[in-house]
Amino acid sequence: MSLANAVKLDLRTKIAVKNLSFFYGDSIALKSVNMPVYTNKVTALIGPSGCGKSTLLRVMNRMYDLYPRQRAEGEVLLDGENILDAKQDLNLLRARVGMVFQKPTPFPMSIYENIAFGIRLYEKLPKIELDGRVETALKGAALWEEVRDKLNASGLSLSGGQQQRLCIARTVAIQPEVILFDEPASALDPISTAKVEELIDELKANYTIVIVTHNMQQAARVSEYTAFMYLGELVEFGGTSHMFTSPDQQQTQNYITGRFG
Amino acid sequence: MRGMKIYEARRHRNKIAVVLYYSAAVFGITWLVLILFTLLREGVGGLSLSVFTQNTPPPGSAGGLLNAIVGSLIMTGLGVAFGTPIGLLAGTYLAEYGRGTYLAATVRFINDILLSAPSIIVGLFVYEIMVAPMGHFSGIAGAVALAVIVVPVVVRTTEDMLRLVPGGLREAGTALGMPRVLVISRVAYRAAKAGLITGMLLAVARISGETAPLLFTALNNQFFNANLNEPMPSLSVVIYQFALSPYRDWQKLAWAGALLITFAVLALSIVARLLGSRKVAQ
Repeated sequence: MSLANAVKLDLRTKIAVKNLSFFYGDSIALKSVNMPVYTNKVTALIGPSGCGKSTLLRVMNRMYDLYPRQRAEGEVLLDGENILDAKQDLNLLRARVGMVFQKPTPFPMSIYENIAFGIRLYEKLPKIELDGRVETALKGAALWEEVRDKLNASGLSLSGGQQQRLCIARTVAIQPEVILFDEPASALDPISTAKVEELIDELKANYTIVIVTHNMQQAARVSEYTAFMYLGELVEFGGTSHMFTSPDQQQTQNYITGRFG
Repeated sequence: MRGMKIYEARRHRNKIAVVLYYSAAVFGITWLVLILFTLLREGVGGLSLSVFTQNTPPPGSAGGLLNAIVGSLIMTGLGVAFGTPIGLLAGTYLAEYGRGTYLAATVRFINDILLSAPSIIVGLFVYEIMVAPMGHFSGIAGAVALAVIVVPVVVRTTEDMLRLVPGGLREAGTALGMPRVLVISRVAYRAAKAGLITGMLLAVARISGETAPLLFTALNNQFFNANLNEPMPSLSVVIYQFALSPYRDWQKLAWAGALLITFAVLALSIVARLLGSRKVAQ
């Protein structure tokens, strides 16, 4: 994907990763990675285990900040602003860049509260308006019909697939600009997986999406752009169809055709 | 069959081991059953309504344990009220903020020592810092001594329970932009709620039978007293005093008191067990 092509397709860059290196203590996990994430597109990060794709994702909302001895070098520009800057307010960043995890992580509270809780962090709304926002979020995550009669039931009482959609609803409810998905379907059965994938497809109309996945068919189905990573390096970045049919790099070809990884 | 001899020998050793395990278990449980049985036999005879309605009597007259029960409830309640918040905060520091730091390791080590420190030392300590300067024994000193015993118990359970909360839940809260204090107070505490309450109940159970720290602080009082600034009676100290006395009436009351404490602790432990069986949500 050359810059000229990007301009031609009228792509706007939401996140620009520039010379990003990442360290867990003394060991290096990302080696000078450069890639764009385009606005309102789905970008998939693929590669074998340990290649650094989840690490890259966790830099984008600075989740790694929770842990000592993890640090990033380089730049990650969100709308042109370097989020790695020490002055970056992390809570505000995370409100703009939401994240959905591999394992569903509903909070130990009611379905309603799981969503209302996040909204209340940023807005003081009258009850009726809050109800509306909760409903919109649940509809947005294709969960409303299944839970409308039991909003006061514990979020933990839902099935795994429903829990994951609840987590998506919770993320959508605070109206972020970017949503990061860290293998969101790997703990789900095929039907739930299909629902989550459909959802991601719908969400891209309003959000910029980055998804880490182990499942190459999933990457091919849901994404428009794909980044292939290997041993901490970005091997290739490009349009998904191009990557899956005629990749420029032999390594990409090998991985996609299942010769390793 | 090849190896049959080796197999037979192993089977034999297995049988011996099983017998040993069972006998050890039966040996341990026997004493517990005997204690409970004796307590029931001697204590039930002393139980009557007057135990709950009358104060401790002088030797030779009828009476009950009302003042001691109330004193125990007041001092235990205050001890837990003082000790739990401190223990909760310190345990939270250990589990959430101090992980891997030298300070946390030190605090944990000292807390473990405090956890197993003889309670009579705690009594002497509070005697020195409160009773001696004030010039007299008091209920409040008793409550403080009990609080000192509560703190390490709550610190330990709080840390253990918070460590059981999956890291993913904290990350999920953080990913919504919650500041850390909210992640802890609204998500982690909530997930560990049953375990935290269990810890508190265990602390109550632990202090409700303590005698030594109260001997040096609250002392005793043969009258009804709700004034924290004066010596206050407690079930455990009354049992101690009455059981060692030569008077038959007092001994009967001591048995009744022991029965009350034991079953209160038993009930608390069962509730704690029930809650604890679902220590952490998810």
